Amino acid sequence: MFEEVGTTTEGDLVINVGPQHPATHGVLHLVLTLNGETIKNVEPHLGYIHRSIEKMSESLTYRQFIYVTSRMDYLSSHINNHACALTVEKGLQIEVPARAQVIRVLMDELTRLASHQLWWGAMAMDVGALTPFFHAFREREAINEIMEETCGARLTMNYICPGGVMIDLHPNFQRKVKEFITLFKSKIDEYDEMVTGNIIFQNRMKGIGLLSKEDAISYGVSGPAARGSGVSCDIRKLYPYEIYGSLNFEEILETGGDCFARYLVRFKEMRQSLSIIEQLIDNIPEGDFQAKTKAVLKLPKGEFYSRVETARGELGVYLISEGGTTPYRVKYRSPGFSNLSALNHMSKGYKLGDLVAIMGTLDLVIPDIDR
Amino acid sequence: MFSLEGITDAIYSWLNSTFNPTIALLIEFAIVVVCVIGLFAVLGLVLVFMERKVSAYMQIRLGPNRVGFKGSMQTMADTLKLVLKEGLVPDGADKFLFNLAPFVVMIVAMLILAPIPFARNFQMWDINIGVLYVTAVSSLSVIGILMAGWSSNNKYSLLGAMRSGAQIVSYELSAGLAVLSIVVLTGSLQLSDIVNSQQDGWWIFKGHIPAIISFVIFIIAVTAETNRAPFDLAEAESELTAGFHTEYSGMRFALFFLAEYVNIFIVCSIGAILFLGGWMPFHIGNWEAFNHVMDFIPSSVWFFGKVFFLIFLIMWFRWTFPRLRIDQLLNLEWKYLLPISMFNLLLMTLMAIMGWYF
Repeated sequence: MFEEVGTTTEGDLVINVGPQHPATHGVLHLVLTLNGETIKNVEPHLGYIHRSIEKMSESLTYRQFIYVTSRMDYLSSHINNHACALTVEKGLQIEVPARAQVIRVLMDELTRLASHQLWWGAMAMDVGALTPFFHAFREREAINEIMEETCGARLTMNYICPGGVMIDLHPNFQRKVKEFITLFKSKIDEYDEMVTGNIIFQNRMKGIGLLSKEDAISYGVSGPAARGSGVSCDIRKLYPYEIYGSLNFEEILETGGDCFARYLVRFKEMRQSLSIIEQLIDNIPEGDFQAKTKAVLKLPKGEFYSRVETARGELGVYLISEGGTTPYRVKYRSPGFSNLSALNHMSKGYKLGDLVAIMGTLDLVIPDIDR
Repeated sequence: MFSLEGITDAIYSWLNSTFNPTIALLIEFAIVVVCVIGLFAVLGLVLVFMERKVSAYMQIRLGPNRVGFKGSMQTMADTLKLVLKEGLVPDGADKFLFNLAPFVVMIVAMLILAPIPFARNFQMWDINIGVLYVTAVSSLSVIGILMAGWSSNNKYSLLGAMRSGAQIVSYELSAGLAVLSIVVLTGSLQLSDIVNSQQDGWWIFKGHIPAIISFVIFIIAVTAETNRAPFDLAEAESELTAGFHTEYSGMRFALFFLAEYVNIFIVCSIGAILFLGGWMPFHIGNWEAFNHVMDFIPSSVWFFGKVFFLIFLIMWFRWTFPRLRIDQLLNLEWKYLLPISMFNLLLMTLMAIMGWYF
């Protein structure tokens, strides 16, 4: 079951990639054992930005601890907040108003889109094409502006609270989102032409970093990385929360298991998110944006678990309550950590340049791994 | 009419009439040295600025726009910063080789500037084996790069240097064969002869399809030879941070940086000389009036126009293509480019013997 930890022999080259390295997109530290350019072993070293978010949550109230999670996977901070709010609502059995549910899902999908846009740019940059990064950021800016108007923040939104959302939508929201949809529909085709069809890009991605369906399951890989190996694991489909059950969208599955399959899954998910937003933007019900809750929340004694699909995979929140105003213990099952664990298996035997491409398709956000 | 030829002739005759021949020759040497160093610096600055503007244009940005007119003094400011910076030598580095490497790369770049005809009769050294000289000297730069990688005592540098070595040595073959195909047509290794042979049309038009094939191969090969994207594996920043010059800072880094851009200029000018007629104006068969108008444009403008067009092409590649992997890079050379260019050379020789070109 456990693979033997790579031992260095004569002629091996041990390289420290990171903690400060352009390929790791953060402070991840990989110890590579190379034979020439071929990778023999990859050993991730964690802990450079550990902020004890789980421990901190134990001394924060149920209203407060949600917002710390924005700092975990900062690219899908909205969805992290959503997961925590769902757990608290499960404990208190709060019925979230229909309007709040739609707003939450809209924001989730916008966040997913923004995250995938950034991933697309960074992915292209990893394999050496620098220009797509700027194009991706141009469109991401439109989403950030929408977020800024409604939530008041661009990265760590802190918009979702137990029982609904903090404040109502900005009057411009619908108009701006519609503008964005028309803009992005033409741009996503441009993205496709610019990168997906490129022969060098395809050569760099096809048949690289193979992850079989069985391995994906046994490593606990989730999200687009697992769906690229044909594992059906979209929480939005399998265990629908909020109004996802009534929405019309597809779970993207590719069977290749290589970098290109994972790339395609994420790319097609952008179109799915766009279609979800399109379905909802004209159908935001009127009503309260927040359920009436007590000023001080006290969860009943017990254990609560809820999970959501973030841009990177399955985020689970496991919360133990002793009946007080703060959680007794919070445990996050973050997608990045499990996905990273498969990196060694995926990159063995490939070249150094492939490692960067494989890491790109895993879409690692380091604060999500090191909480 | 303004021409560089007039200026050089005037200086030459004045020197020879004022001093005795030995001193005149020495002064000419000094002038040439100053000119080369000046050209080196100016080219570096201009090309770095051009690269930043081109990349900004492709990446929907503005690029440098603060220092000087529209940011034109930005590279000057950067160079000043680099000159003033401390040049660190890493612990455990081979100090002698570490310090020598940037100069080797720079001197090689300067040496190749010698036989290039910049305008009509404006050439520092009209050597009769010009093409051979350029190919031979340009392969020396790999020594500087290997030296830098090996002496830095850094694994990234070493990997970058090894990649660069493999890359330059292999791509030199197809670049050389592409160059040879034009030499076969011209029957001369002298660069001025090659330019003169394109009086009535550039080789890329006169040489039919084989000339176009060798032009394409030449552009691909020199992009690889100068370590530019999509073949920038030697300094692939997402893999090797900065490759062979990871440990360099200050002026030593600036020398590598400038040499890279001067090398781009050199390979593009070789491409322009061989395929696009060097400083020869664009002529169309019997269109007397058109040809006459074209003749009015100074030859230096023709030369630099063509060179900068090719440089723009190479910059365009850099900002649009993803990077190849090392094995794909070598496959491309040994499995595709080399056989194609060999066959192409054969075809070209047949064409030259049968006289099937215009």
